[in-house]
Amino acid sequence: MNGALLEALLFAGGYNAAVVALGCAAFGLAAGAVGCFVLLRGRALIADAAAHATLPGVAGAFILAAAMGWDARSLPLLLAGGAVTAGLAVLVVSALTRGGRLRDDAAMALVLSIGFGLGVVLVSVVQSLAVGGQAGLKSFILGQAAGMRASDAQLIGALAALSALLVAVLFKPLAALCFDRDFAAAVGLPVRTLDLGLLALMLAVTVTGLRAVGLVLVVALMVIPAATARLATERLEVMVPLAGALGAFAAWFGVALSAALPNLPTGATIALVACGVFALALAFAPRRGALAFAWRQARLSLAVARDHALRAALEQAEAAAAPGRGAPLTWAEIGRGAGWTAWQRAVLPRWMRASGLVAQDPRRGDGVTLTPAGLAAARELTRRHRLWEHYMQAAGGLAPAAAHRLADQVEHTLPPEVAREAEAWLSRHDPGRLRPDDVGLPRPGEAIPERRG
Amino acid sequence: MTEFLRLDLAALLAAVLACLACGLIGNLLLLTRQSLLGDAISHAVLPGIVLGFWASGSRAAPPLVAGAMAAAVTAALLIALVRRLTRLEPGAAMGVVFSGMFALGLVLIEVTGARAVDLDVDCVLYGQLEALIWPAAEGLGSLLDPAALAEFPAEVKTLAAILALTLGLLALLWKELRLVAFDPDFARTIGFAPRLVSVLVLVLVSAACVAAFWAVGSILVIAALVAPAAIARLLTNDYAAQFAISALAAVAMGGGGYWAAVLVPDALGLGHGLNAAGMMAVVAGLLLAGACLLGPFGPAGRARRRAAVAVGPVRVPAPAAE
Repeated sequence: MNGALLEALLFAGGYNAAVVALGCAAFGLAAGAVGCFVLLRGRALIADAAAHATLPGVAGAFILAAAMGWDARSLPLLLAGGAVTAGLAVLVVSALTRGGRLRDDAAMALVLSIGFGLGVVLVSVVQSLAVGGQAGLKSFILGQAAGMRASDAQLIGALAALSALLVAVLFKPLAALCFDRDFAAAVGLPVRTLDLGLLALMLAVTVTGLRAVGLVLVVALMVIPAATARLATERLEVMVPLAGALGAFAAWFGVALSAALPNLPTGATIALVACGVFALALAFAPRRGALAFAWRQARLSLAVARDHALRAALEQAEAAAAPGRGAPLTWAEIGRGAGWTAWQRAVLPRWMRASGLVAQDPRRGDGVTLTPAGLAAARELTRRHRLWEHYMQAAGGLAPAAAHRLADQVEHTLPPEVAREAEAWLSRHDPGRLRPDDVGLPRPGEAIPERRG
Repeated sequence: MTEFLRLDLAALLAAVLACLACGLIGNLLLLTRQSLLGDAISHAVLPGIVLGFWASGSRAAPPLVAGAMAAAVTAALLIALVRRLTRLEPGAAMGVVFSGMFALGLVLIEVTGARAVDLDVDCVLYGQLEALIWPAAEGLGSLLDPAALAEFPAEVKTLAAILALTLGLLALLWKELRLVAFDPDFARTIGFAPRLVSVLVLVLVSAACVAAFWAVGSILVIAALVAPAAIARLLTNDYAAQFAISALAAVAMGGGGYWAAVLVPDALGLGHGLNAAGMMAVVAGLLLAGACLLGPFGPAGRARRRAAVAVGPVRVPAPAAE
């Protein structure tokens, strides 16, 4: 199997196999690129409905060709038939939703399944005809790259290249359409024509993929590479070429795999390769991946717990400055006061000591005291927390306890610029709250008896 | 007659029961605005069915239903995860997940060698109605003969059980479901969680997908799920009538499809019947077109109302007697 796979991957399986692999890769490229716009315009499911509705067209074209004595295996004829019924399907979806009785999701499910059912009936009619090539019709359902002729692959490659070229030429208007249709209309773009153009591109890519990927899964190659690229980048000018490259890779690798393992349906193999890449991106994408997401969450929760501890320590130090009160805190007390979880209790003392924020208290063996750096950080934190408390009370009219809770929620996530804006607002509207003292702001009075995280 | 009993009765029953069970559940999908869920689940349960089939080595229902439900729950969780991380609209996230899982199911069919036994790609695409035969039938008397009935295809019995379960749940939750369908906010405030209904719908739809799998495959089951409810929606605004009409439409779809695809070509002496599962979808399409064009909310209904307004007497409401 390895030898056959390598041979197919390196286009070493002969002229025909190489042309087929290239044609399929070109289709993958076009599908990925067009898929980005289909996805962003919210047309993924209508593409699926249209793809299923190509079957009656393909089978109908076959019957027509058989009746007229033409070559029933002519790919351009079959694809044209598929395009006709797929276009009709889009029209039927919009007609069904027009009355307002059926929502678009029901209309798409209806068109998908009834169109496919009609196709299945026509295929069973074809099987009773006395012409050759009926078996070939099945390859339009699940895809079969094996046995594809070089001329077919050239047609597919040409259609795909044309679609990709159109995407490149129409990139800017299509991008405007997908991000803000009203804005695009306001700057004078012909949005209706563009929408129709995108629909036509989608249909073109759908019928292009029928022979290789099959109508059941052709939408996978539009949606999955685009979603993968979306995980990796926010910028459309990166996303579209990236999705195209991923689609081309999935098609090329999937065709090679199905050449090496001839029992696997080509369409499913290609879709699974695309899915594998998507799963990798879902886990490891730098900013939107699951791991990056979990890492950010863990970092944030650690930082919040550390800030709570610093504030608790500062307040303890403030209280200790008053005569006859207080003693240095122990880690257990800090952890309780700041609401640390078990793993935070394990990690945070070491982290805070290593970053030089706290030191052993000389007066008590297990006590903790803030270093000068820790004191400065704690003052800054406390200052920001109290600033937010005052802001919530002054601007939002909240009760002190509620202001404390809300300040706790925003102070760790809102950036310093926003905090400065809040401070500027306070100095304009309620300057009395900004009296400077040891941490820059007064405590909001006895109204907040407990300072627990 | 014996030939009908042997070759067609089980298949006809399977077609009708599958459409009826799916059609009734479809009302819940339509009324809770989740028709897409039927689309997504029917594709996504395929790997679960294949693995259940592979693990148990039989077509018995419980392992298949268990596998399908596991797959449906996996799909629901994956869709939520993909939506959260990619921030795509729900349709796109569903498209990614269900097409991926369907592809996985197709490849699993080949890899597990399930093909060698009974389950193949054709079955996924159009079901296997022609495999449902009752060779033990010896005439009408067999319908009352326990020994012969024991030989009746198990798939049909499973379908009957799922239909009974659906009917029981519908009867049990009749009022609550009406509330969730028409006023989800109020249902939430009185403590009937729409989430519970969503889970219930998920379970029922995956069970129906398994039950209908042998009859119509996993693509045409979408027609059975959505079409009867949509036809009823085009004809009535009444909750009870919605269920009644959809049940009638489902029976017409299943029975009519089988009749037109198999019994009519047989009677005409054509050697080759048509695909029955596909024909059911076509019959559903015809009924839908009829309901759309001739129903009270379609162009014909609007024309009738307009004529009534133009010709009819102008009724001025009489002042109420105090």
